[in-house]
Amino acid sequence: MKAFKIIVLAKQVPDTRNVGKDAMKADGTVNRAALPAIFNPEDLNALEQALRIKDQFPGTTITILTMGPGRAADIIREGMFRGADDGVLLTDRAFAGSDTLATSYAISRAIAKIKEYDLIICGRQAIDGDTAQVGPQVAEKLNMPQVTYVEEIIQADNKSIQMKRRLDNGVEIVKAPIPVLLTVTSSASACRARNAKFLMKYKHAKTISERQSENEDYMSLYHDRPYLNIPEWSVNDVEVDPQQLGLSGSPTKVKKIDNVVLQAKEAKKIDASDAEINLLMKELIDSHTIG
Amino acid sequence: MNNIFVYCEIEDGIIADVSLELLTKGRSLADQLACKLEAVVIGSKLDEIGKQVFPYGVDVLHVADDPRLAPYTTLPHTSIIVNLFKAEKPQIALMGASPVGRDLGPRVSSALYSGLTADCTSLEIGGHEDKKENKVYENLLYQIRPAFGGNIIATIINPECRPQMATVREGVMKKEIRSANYKGEIKKIDVASMVSPADFAIEIIERHIEKRKVNLGAASVIVAGGYGMGSKENFGLLYQLAEVLGGEVGASRAAVDAGFTEHERQIGQTGVTVRPKLYIACGISGQIQHRAGMEGSAQIIAINNDPGAPINSIADYVINGDVTDVIPKMIKYYKANSK
Repeated sequence: MKAFKIIVLAKQVPDTRNVGKDAMKADGTVNRAALPAIFNPEDLNALEQALRIKDQFPGTTITILTMGPGRAADIIREGMFRGADDGVLLTDRAFAGSDTLATSYAISRAIAKIKEYDLIICGRQAIDGDTAQVGPQVAEKLNMPQVTYVEEIIQADNKSIQMKRRLDNGVEIVKAPIPVLLTVTSSASACRARNAKFLMKYKHAKTISERQSENEDYMSLYHDRPYLNIPEWSVNDVEVDPQQLGLSGSPTKVKKIDNVVLQAKEAKKIDASDAEINLLMKELIDSHTIG
Repeated sequence: MNNIFVYCEIEDGIIADVSLELLTKGRSLADQLACKLEAVVIGSKLDEIGKQVFPYGVDVLHVADDPRLAPYTTLPHTSIIVNLFKAEKPQIALMGASPVGRDLGPRVSSALYSGLTADCTSLEIGGHEDKKENKVYENLLYQIRPAFGGNIIATIINPECRPQMATVREGVMKKEIRSANYKGEIKKIDVASMVSPADFAIEIIERHIEKRKVNLGAASVIVAGGYGMGSKENFGLLYQLAEVLGGEVGASRAAVDAGFTEHERQIGQTGVTVRPKLYIACGISGQIQHRAGMEGSAQIIAINNDPGAPINSIADYVINGDVTDVIPKMIKYYKANSK
C-alpha cells in the first residue's frame, strides 16, 4: 500500500470570540495585530483526518500550508507538534487585503509549486469569515474535484478515497478519485493533542525571518538539522500574476463598514418575582401569543 | 441579457424553500433594475418543475434534465452553471447558503473570476463612487452581512466582475408568490454539450437525507438558550417550557459550540432565521449574528441577569433573573391557567 502526500491548508485566525474595539482598520479590513490568534478550529479537524491516514499508511507525509503574516508560523509549528512533517508559510505584503478568491489563487500557486500531492485537506470554513469558499475555489483553480462537509475518511487506497459527508439533514458516502481536495467539518473527530516527542524535536523550528532575532550560536542548529527550517515563500517564490493578488486583485470590495447600532425598544423591565412573572404570562395568554 | 439568475436547489422533486425565497428577492431586484428574473434547475425528471417556479415571477426557466444530474454533485452542476453564465452574462447570481450552494457557489465564482459574498442578510441596489479610480458605478448589488464576530455590518460590492454573486441562508428572505398565473418561458439546456465524462468523477455510494426533525421556521413559539444557560442539564428546562407552550427549542451558536444542544437548533447568521410570534431568549447575550436570525420575531422576552446584554435592547420584555428560577415559574403559571 502506498504512502500519501498530504497538504493541509490551515489558517491562523483572530479569535472572534474576543474582539476589542481596535479590531478593524480604517479601510474596513481586519487589524489582525490587535487580536489573539488561534489555529482555525476546523483546520484542526482537517489535520486529524490527515494524521489518521498517516497512522494507517507509514511513510505518508503531511505539509501544513498557510498564508498570513510572519506570526502565522505558529500554526505550522503547532501542526508539527501534533504530527505534521513540515510546513510552508506564504507571506508577503502583496497578499494583504485579499478576498477569498485572491487568497485561493495565491494558495493554489503555492500548491502548484509544492507539485506532488495526493490529498489536499482543509477545514470547511474559518471562524473569522465563515464563508467556506477558499477550499472549493482552490480545488477549481487546480482543476481537481472536491468533497466538502467531510466528517470522516472511511478508506483510502492508491486510486480512490471514500468518506462520509455530514449535510444539514443527513449523510452521504462518496467515493472520489485521487488527487482530491477535502473540506472537513467541525463534527469530525477533534485533533489529537501535541506529542511530547515532536514538541522537543520541533521546538526550534523557525522561518528565516524568525531566525534573524536569534543569536549566532543558534545558527549552526539550522545547518545541522534542516527540518527546523520552515520555508517562507514571498510573492517572488511562486509563479503568480500579481494583478490577481491582494486588495486590488480581489473582485469583492468593502464599500462600507457600519458599527452595530442597536435601535433600543422600550423594553418592559420585569423582576423575577412570582407576581410579575404571573402577570406577564397572563398578558401573553390573553393576547393569544401563547395558548 | 444581464438578468438576475437564481440557482434552484431540488430534493425529491421539490424546490428548496431557500431557492423560492431567493426567487422572491430576485423578483423584487429585477423589478427595481427593470430586467428579467431567470431561474436554473438542474436535476432529473423535471417535466413539471415550471409549476413550482413560475408563480414567483420567473421570466425564463433554464432546465437541465438528465438522470446523471440528481442527486447533486459538484462538477456537472458547476460545468452547466459556468457555461450558462458565460453565455447569458447575468449581472446578479443568487444561491442558497446551504451545503449545495456553499459547495457550488465558490467553485463557480472561481471559474468565472467573479466575487462571491457568503451568508448575506440583506441585498439592496445602490451606486458607488471610486474616488481613487475616478469611476462612478450605478445599480450595483449591495451584499450586506455581519462580519467579524458580529461587531460590524459590512456592505460588499463587486464593481467590475460579473455576475455579482451572493449566497443567503434559508429563512432570511421572505417567500412570496407573485402571481399563480405568471407566464414564463422554459429553455432546455443541452446537457451533453456542457458536461464531460470527467465531471462524473465523484460517485455517491450511499445517501440518507432525512426530513428535518426540528422545524424552527414553522414554530410560533421558540424558547432559545445561550451560553448563559450554563449546562446541558439546564438546557433541559428549555425543552420543558417549549413543550408546555407548544413551541420549539432554539440555541445560540455559543450554546451549540458548548455542546448544550444539537447544531440543527442554531439560530442566527450561520444557523436558521426565524420569525415566531414569541421568542424567549434565555441566557443569550445577543451578539449580532444571533440577532440577525431572530430580530423579526413579533415579541421577544429576554431572561438573563446581565442588564447590559445587547439582547435586552431589542426585547419587548426583559426579565432580570436567573433562568433556572424564572422558567419553572412560567411553566407553573401556564399549566395552572391555560385552557
